[in-house]
Amino acid sequence: MEQPLILSMENISKEYFGNRVLNQVSLQVRPGEIHALMGENGAGKSTLMNILFGMPVIHSTGGFDGTIKIAGEEVKISNPNEAMHLGIGMVHQEFMLIPDFTVTENIKVGRETGQPTLLSESLGKSLEIMDWESMSADARRALDLIGMNIDDYARIAGMPIGYKQFVEIAREIDKKGIRLLVFDEPTAVLTESEAANLLDIMRRIANRGIAIIFITHRLDEVMQVSDQVTILRDGELVAIKEIKDTSVVEIAELMIGRKVDKLVDQCEDTRTLSDDAIALELKDYEVDMPGEAVRGIDIKIREGEIIGFGGLAGQGKIGIGNGIMGLYESRGEVKVFGQTLDLEKLGEALRHDIAFVSEDRRGAGLLLGESIERNVIFSALQIHNRFTSRIGFIRVLNRSESKAHTQEMIELLDIRCTGSQQKTGSLSGGNQQKVCLARALTMNPRILIVAEPTRGIDIGAKKLVLEHLLRLNREQNITIVIISSELVELRSLCDRIAIITEGKINTILKPDDSDADFGLAMSGLKKEMVTK
Amino acid sequence: MSKTKHFIDQIGLPRLIIGLFFIILIIASVPLGLPMDAVFSDILRRWLMYSILVLAMVPGIQCGISLNFGVSLGIVCGLLGATTAVELSSQNEGVGPWAALGIALVIGVVLAAVLGVLYGLLLNRVKGSEMTVSTYVGFSIIALSNIIWLTLPFKSGELIWPLQGIGLRNVINLEGSFGGLLSDPTVTSTQPFPLNYLAFDIGGLTIPIGLILVFALCSFFVWIFFQSKAGVAMSAAGENELFTKAAGISVDRMRILGTAVSTILGAVGIIIYAQTFGFLQLYNAPLMMSFQAVASILIGGASTMRAKISHVAIGALLFQGIMSTALPVVNKLMPNSMLPEVVRIIVSNGIILYALSKTRGGHQHEK
Amino acid sequence: MKNNGWVKKFRSFVFENKVMLLFVVLTTASIIISGLPLTVIAGSVFERFGRNGFLVLALLVPVLAGLGLNFGLVIGAMAGQIGLFFAILAGINGIPGMLVSTLIATPLAMLFGWMVGRLFNRMKGAEMIAGLILGFFADGFYQLFFLFVLGGVIPITHEGLMLPGGIGVKNMIDLKGYRMPLNDGSGGETVKGFIEGAFDKLPIGDLITAITIAVIVYLLVRGVMVMMKKSTFGLRDLALGIAAAVSFSLLQIPAIKQLLKINNLNFLTTLTIVLIVIAVWQMARLVYAFILHKREGTEKTDVEAKSPSDVLSQSPDQKFLQKSDSRRSLLILLLCAVIYGLTYIPPIRTIMRFIRIPVFTYMLIAGVCYFTRWLLRTRIGQNMRTVGHSQVIANASGINVDRTRVIAMMISTVLACWGQLIFLQSLGTVATYTQHVQVAQFSIAALLVGGATVQKATTKNAIIGIFLFHSLFVVAPEAGKQLFNDSQIGEHFRVFISYGVIALALAMHAWKAKIKPNLGISAVTGKNDKDNSKIAESS
Repeated sequence: MEQPLILSMENISKEYFGNRVLNQVSLQVRPGEIHALMGENGAGKSTLMNILFGMPVIHSTGGFDGTIKIAGEEVKISNPNEAMHLGIGMVHQEFMLIPDFTVTENIKVGRETGQPTLLSESLGKSLEIMDWESMSADARRALDLIGMNIDDYARIAGMPIGYKQFVEIAREIDKKGIRLLVFDEPTAVLTESEAANLLDIMRRIANRGIAIIFITHRLDEVMQVSDQVTILRDGELVAIKEIKDTSVVEIAELMIGRKVDKLVDQCEDTRTLSDDAIALELKDYEVDMPGEAVRGIDIKIREGEIIGFGGLAGQGKIGIGNGIMGLYESRGEVKVFGQTLDLEKLGEALRHDIAFVSEDRRGAGLLLGESIERNVIFSALQIHNRFTSRIGFIRVLNRSESKAHTQEMIELLDIRCTGSQQKTGSLSGGNQQKVCLARALTMNPRILIVAEPTRGIDIGAKKLVLEHLLRLNREQNITIVIISSELVELRSLCDRIAIITEGKINTILKPDDSDADFGLAMSGLKKEMVTK
Repeated sequence: MSKTKHFIDQIGLPRLIIGLFFIILIIASVPLGLPMDAVFSDILRRWLMYSILVLAMVPGIQCGISLNFGVSLGIVCGLLGATTAVELSSQNEGVGPWAALGIALVIGVVLAAVLGVLYGLLLNRVKGSEMTVSTYVGFSIIALSNIIWLTLPFKSGELIWPLQGIGLRNVINLEGSFGGLLSDPTVTSTQPFPLNYLAFDIGGLTIPIGLILVFALCSFFVWIFFQSKAGVAMSAAGENELFTKAAGISVDRMRILGTAVSTILGAVGIIIYAQTFGFLQLYNAPLMMSFQAVASILIGGASTMRAKISHVAIGALLFQGIMSTALPVVNKLMPNSMLPEVVRIIVSNGIILYALSKTRGGHQHEK
Repeated sequence: MKNNGWVKKFRSFVFENKVMLLFVVLTTASIIISGLPLTVIAGSVFERFGRNGFLVLALLVPVLAGLGLNFGLVIGAMAGQIGLFFAILAGINGIPGMLVSTLIATPLAMLFGWMVGRLFNRMKGAEMIAGLILGFFADGFYQLFFLFVLGGVIPITHEGLMLPGGIGVKNMIDLKGYRMPLNDGSGGETVKGFIEGAFDKLPIGDLITAITIAVIVYLLVRGVMVMMKKSTFGLRDLALGIAAAVSFSLLQIPAIKQLLKINNLNFLTTLTIVLIVIAVWQMARLVYAFILHKREGTEKTDVEAKSPSDVLSQSPDQKFLQKSDSRRSLLILLLCAVIYGLTYIPPIRTIMRFIRIPVFTYMLIAGVCYFTRWLLRTRIGQNMRTVGHSQVIANASGINVDRTRVIAMMISTVLACWGQLIFLQSLGTVATYTQHVQVAQFSIAALLVGGATVQKATTKNAIIGIFLFHSLFVVAPEAGKQLFNDSQIGEHFRVFISYGVIALALAMHAWKAKIKPNLGISAVTGKNDKDNSKIAESS
């Protein structure tokens, strides 16, 4: 016999400005089940959820194709409020809680119960007096349901993170007619015991008949609580599996997938890598970058090597490059060709011949309001006093020198522009990236750190940028550190790939290691743990 | 159709309206029988008189503290320098007008440099709310200066109230010291060659060569500063903090530098203003002066994030041009009317409000 | 509990109230230096409280809704002055004059408040600087209106009000009214537009009559509701009815009628009356709680009987309140007794006798205090708090953020308008072109002195602030004279203080916000921004 589906999203497709991010994806959730939704960053999980909640970002970009059925009935969800009325709730990764409010106030925010008064009868519901007694009773009921015994009149401020998560859940549970709850990476911010507790509560909620969509990258948790898993990759539906019929290794493999095409053509390799010639050494290295914290990394990078740092967003790989360049506070030891960097000093890495191409191209990467020329020469001007001439006692920009150099760079990297004076803000993504690269090369670096070199640029430009990086390494013996979310690109270029999870190196893999190895490493599991 | 729209976008609607208004005022003054040479002399004089104060906005905007309403700090420093210079020149025979001007500038600049750095330190701690804080710092400084004017131990009869023996006058005549040295033909004509050519009349039109030179010099200084290594870094700091940091530059230090330069220019600006005007105005007179400077540069086409020297010249010309033509025109139409003052209030605050709503609507700048 | 708990508590108290404590020291020192008799100081401080209280309280709602300090208060004040001008122009005296002013000014203030709110919604995060500039900008139009439109566009003939040319209003409007010829052809004159002290000097008897009528109307409306089965009569309605009947019949006694012709009380009498009212109220609650306790065997009390604590961002710690309710009543009773005892100390008694309280004005101030607290208990008030804490969360919870903010601005602007009317009827003259200019400035300074911040302000802050700030205002010139032999220094000093305290508060706010960014907002918006930029990049 067939159980009726609580949610059925069928053949969902979505384009952002001609860029297809979801292609014919389906998601089917049965009542009372925990349904895991898995995939790498950019696989389309968030877009799918945005569609489910009718987020404005979907409708302002032309809507989507496909149908959504709730309990067998086709629905149109055009804003989050409608989703709420249909009984769909979301437990956010970043807590939507007001610290100065009490638990009750937070649970009831926007849905307060009021008592009618003389004024509210005549002037509208806004003037109803709040009925805190019945509201705290409701809150109590929701809290009891998830087995949480905090006081409903306690303030949120100062509570442990786990408690805040429970209040979030209680708020969703308290909503009338809730039948489907989405948990977005709920365990990412929790300690181990808190996470275990949360999984218990999820089970308890599911047992009450409320279905749960569990978005996570933690394979072990999926195996532990889920009934079914849907796996997405690059906007495509890869597989729907019953958990009891699958294994960690299989899911990991499915998530990564095998991509046959190498992104770059190989060129001649005359390098000799030696463990004695170390270009960059990190010891016990930590970076306080919000959202991308690095929590202790040890690695030796050989001169002339191309090393990749991979891993999912938020795990800390981005923090490494930003920390070395001094953009965020960092601790530990960084040695460049044997010399220790003073991490307190701004610009220290630049003075030690490290150049950086930021992942945040429109932020740390470029002065969007300035010309290509200004962007290209900026770092070299500031650090090495290049492109200046002296007038009396002040150094002034030497326009002809800087112009000539920029022209050279434009030709070398094939930057498509109207001239060296064009503002970088009006360039395409790929050309912007080349300007960033040009600035880094102007520094004549011995080590080049490149973060997300191909993010948001088209295939043609992608290949060009990557091939140029490879040439720099092979011809000029520049040591290159590539930090990227795209495994394919790391696997086409790098000699070694370090997978970062939770701010630490999980495993260092070779480019031709198996998909399952990469998948497991990215889920935070170690190979040894799984094979038992 | 789209061409006109593009044209309007390029110039900016407020600037277009104000520009047209200015032209209408000038045209209107012809049939009203106003002496055109006097009108143009006045426009020229007021334009140059205010321009350095407006120029003081440029380093502030470029380094990222946005509209520096706190330029009052520099103004007070300049006034302190100027009053000291008047005191010295009236007490010592040896201190001539040029020496007085020099003393005023040196004291003003040194004070402004020191206080500007401190002010910069404060603004670094309130990133994102610089404008609100700087407005009230500006007001507070003026109120504090009022107490200073009452207590300064000066002796010169030109400075203090005749009866009390202490406390500076509201308005101090600069005739005896450095008033008009750069701009008033009646003053410059008594000077030796070539100083007598610093201002002269051509058929009723007064050409203040001295003022033009000073403004050119200051503009050149600011221009060359922005071509220097530090200037380039400072502009970047104002545009993109992360980028600047990634290039190994301390954003905070650049902001302090920009604030200090802005404050120094404020001090120089008020001294040049006073010497052209012929009087020092103390107490609450400079309270809203920073608003005029801010409005001028915005009219000139600057935003709260980016400004150029051309914006200074255009903005000061339009704003002060309207002020100096509106007065005689309105007086002719409605004698003793307050209308020009009302127009000034509406135009200056309206343009600031417009600029704020353009740039701050959605926190883009605070990110 | 640790031994140094008290020390820690004391330290954090000092740290959190440093601005207020600084002012306590400064004001006390100035009072001592000035050598003015306390009776004089207290007298004028209470007078100023009556004038300014309402205006300062008008600032609270926008703070609650996260709009910060409302520098746009000036605009409400302008509306008030426009209303007043037309009432005087129409030659209406006294209370009707004030009512007409209010009737004209209130819709204007609502419109202005709506426009300001709309503008602020376009400039989120820059409300304070926008409000400040907007105040100056609006001042331009205000001047345009009073200088050129009145008389120039709208034909007005009124010798007393208008400038000699007939276009534009004079610098001073006198609330003592203007002599006008009588229309009956007798050639006699009468004073028209006499509004000074309309509220301050309202006889208490009239006031009680008005309140009684209001109560009766209220009860009638309730009666209609009961008949429509929308509500039922409660104990409170009964008590109100009895009180109304008693006061109405008492007012018919000639002796009492005569006695109540006075329009103000001295502070001693006021305090005594207030203490008695509080004591009776608390005793009634004790008895009520006792009866309930007996009947139900629990300590539960009626929801209505709970007094909301006075903190604006008060949380409904209802359970806690219930348990300590009776103890709290006892404590208040004790406090009343102590305060009453204190009034028997001779110097205090003398000072208190010198202070005159204009009853109606003070009642209006009490009314606006009650209003702000009542607002907090309503849905709109709770929405304002949510919006004030996090617009992102409010939005996600289905609250119309923009509308809530506009309503907050409208309330504030209307209250500012009324506040300015109260201020002007007490002052007796209007400086047409400058009276409103400093309104926001001084009100905000007073509120901040009372310990408020950009994010949190309570009625308590407002009341303490007004007393401290205006005490300093009263004594500063004299203190300056004693110290420097120049009263001007004192005057400039108090202006400096009012600017300085705002600069300090704004700087501290920005500083704190930088160190500890509001988690809820920044984290979430940060994520959204990233998402958006990703989308933008892929284009």
